[in-house]
Amino acid sequence: MAEHTSLQRSQSISKPPSAGDIFTNNAFRALTLAFTWGIVLLLAYILFRIGGKAIPAVKEYGFSLLTGTTWDVNNRTFGILPEIWGTLYSSMLALLLGGFFGVTIAIFLTQNFLPRTLETILRSIIELLAAIPSVVYGLWGIFVLIPLIRPLADFLNAHFSWIPFFSTSLSGPGMFPAALVLSIMILPTVAAISQDAFRAIPRKTVEAAFGMGTTRWEAILRVMLPTAAGGIFGALVLGLGRALGETMALAMLVGNSNQISLSVFAPANTLAALLALNFPEAGDTEIAVLMFAACVLLLITLLVNMLGALIINRTGMKR
Amino acid sequence: MGQHTRNDNEMHLPNLERQPFEPRALKSIVLSAITICMAIVACIPLFSVLIMLIYRGGKRISLELFYGLPPTAFDIGGGFGNAIVGTLFMVGIASLLSVPFGILAAIYLAELSPDSKISTVARFCAKVLSGLPSILAGVFAYAAVVLVMGSYSAWAGGIALSILMVPTVMLTAEEAIKMVPRPMKEAAAGMGCTPAQSMLKIILPVAVPGIITGVVLAVARAAGETAPLLFTALFSDYWLRPNEPTASLAVLIYNYSGMPFPNQIELAWAASLILVLLVFVLNIISRAIGRRKNV
Repeated sequence: MAEHTSLQRSQSISKPPSAGDIFTNNAFRALTLAFTWGIVLLLAYILFRIGGKAIPAVKEYGFSLLTGTTWDVNNRTFGILPEIWGTLYSSMLALLLGGFFGVTIAIFLTQNFLPRTLETILRSIIELLAAIPSVVYGLWGIFVLIPLIRPLADFLNAHFSWIPFFSTSLSGPGMFPAALVLSIMILPTVAAISQDAFRAIPRKTVEAAFGMGTTRWEAILRVMLPTAAGGIFGALVLGLGRALGETMALAMLVGNSNQISLSVFAPANTLAALLALNFPEAGDTEIAVLMFAACVLLLITLLVNMLGALIINRTGMKR
Repeated sequence: MGQHTRNDNEMHLPNLERQPFEPRALKSIVLSAITICMAIVACIPLFSVLIMLIYRGGKRISLELFYGLPPTAFDIGGGFGNAIVGTLFMVGIASLLSVPFGILAAIYLAELSPDSKISTVARFCAKVLSGLPSILAGVFAYAAVVLVMGSYSAWAGGIALSILMVPTVMLTAEEAIKMVPRPMKEAAAGMGCTPAQSMLKIILPVAVPGIITGVVLAVARAAGETAPLLFTALFSDYWLRPNEPTASLAVLIYNYSGMPFPNQIELAWAASLILVLLVFVLNIISRAIGRRKNV
């Protein structure tokens, strides 16, 4: 009997959900589901909206938009080939530099070079690099970096102008300062994901290498790097994705000149910078062409970012 | 090599002392030195930016910056109170839109139905959106808000920023909810909680520090964004009127950096200093909250 009452009392603590509880639960579930759908629809709507506005331009100009090299509002001739080239070229230069530094710093931070406290400090410094707004980098680039690298650029141009990369002189803004700032901006991305890749290597692997009598760098170059290669490659691809879409630093530093040149000191233009500069004052036709440029940029970054995410998923890193 | 033969003659013991000049060891030392140099070089930009901000922006810090309006071309003095208000207002709108959105979606992804098809698709979409170039958020807001409303406005700027914040909030909130210990969730279910009750009363309160970390990081990023505001909020020399073009710190820096007037360039540096301070403080707050969570 006593047992029975205690059971009854415990039932009063945990009772089956009332109709109200069930209703709240279902409503809550529906609400969260709605917002989950929301993010899918948001992406679809963004694609639809930008794509839809670009259609008039495609109808009017067709394929010549991609291959044209002039941007003349008065004559209504538009082509974004120089911008596509500038976007890819600046990103590749930045990736070369930022990727190299980023991976080296990832090695430095994960392979027991530093005591714990110093490691944490350096990691924070690298992360803070990513926190600085890109427009501040642009300002810094204009007033600090460009005057700083001009002597170097003049020297390279004077003595090595037979190399196509140095064939013009640096007259203020140009590809080189833009790519330099861009590389600073993607360094934290590359470093962070590469660090994850190195940390994902089981401790036993490096111990086995040391047990075989390797020096520290033999272990890093022949064991750790190949093991982490998948994740590092993913890091580089995602870094490239960031570089391709970066706007402000480039709009301020790249020089906004519609030309295709191999020279790193020549001014150039990128898709994102083109949008930033021409959008505010554009007329209807130009808006359509700019929307088309936005589509191209969207397509390139989506492809690169998906590729990067896919590679990192494959390596099974937790991120 | 000589070392080896001597050892062979004696006891067949390899020489275990450190030999820094043996080629293999030398290579390792040289590579270490290069790595250290590269790490130092990588730190230079941050310090250079900070020093320049303090040196060139610090000169100009005064109260007038906070209550003054931007000067006209040849004026001296002036400030950017309207830009500070504009930035805060637009980041506020963006947070109001994106935080509930992100957290509610994250609840579904993390807890209610983590492996369903829609969750996988939504997670993928969030990752794609987090890689969206910020200028494209501006292009979208231009097409969807500015063209519809017929004018540049603070609302359009806020919406553009919110698109950049949603994926960050959502993905970090999902992680934070997943980090809540399994036994707590099971205990709640065992007590007869409906999923909604256990989420609202047990899981969310525990996950709050992690969620706030993500939100603050997203706010910090949004505060520094320029590209989405360039042709959604535009710029203005007057105090905030939400239905009209609105000033922001980031766009002010961009506009003034290209001007030939020293006064405006000084203002750009001062605005940069304030913007970077704001962003760093937000970063430090989010780290402090994140750290307390781990203890």
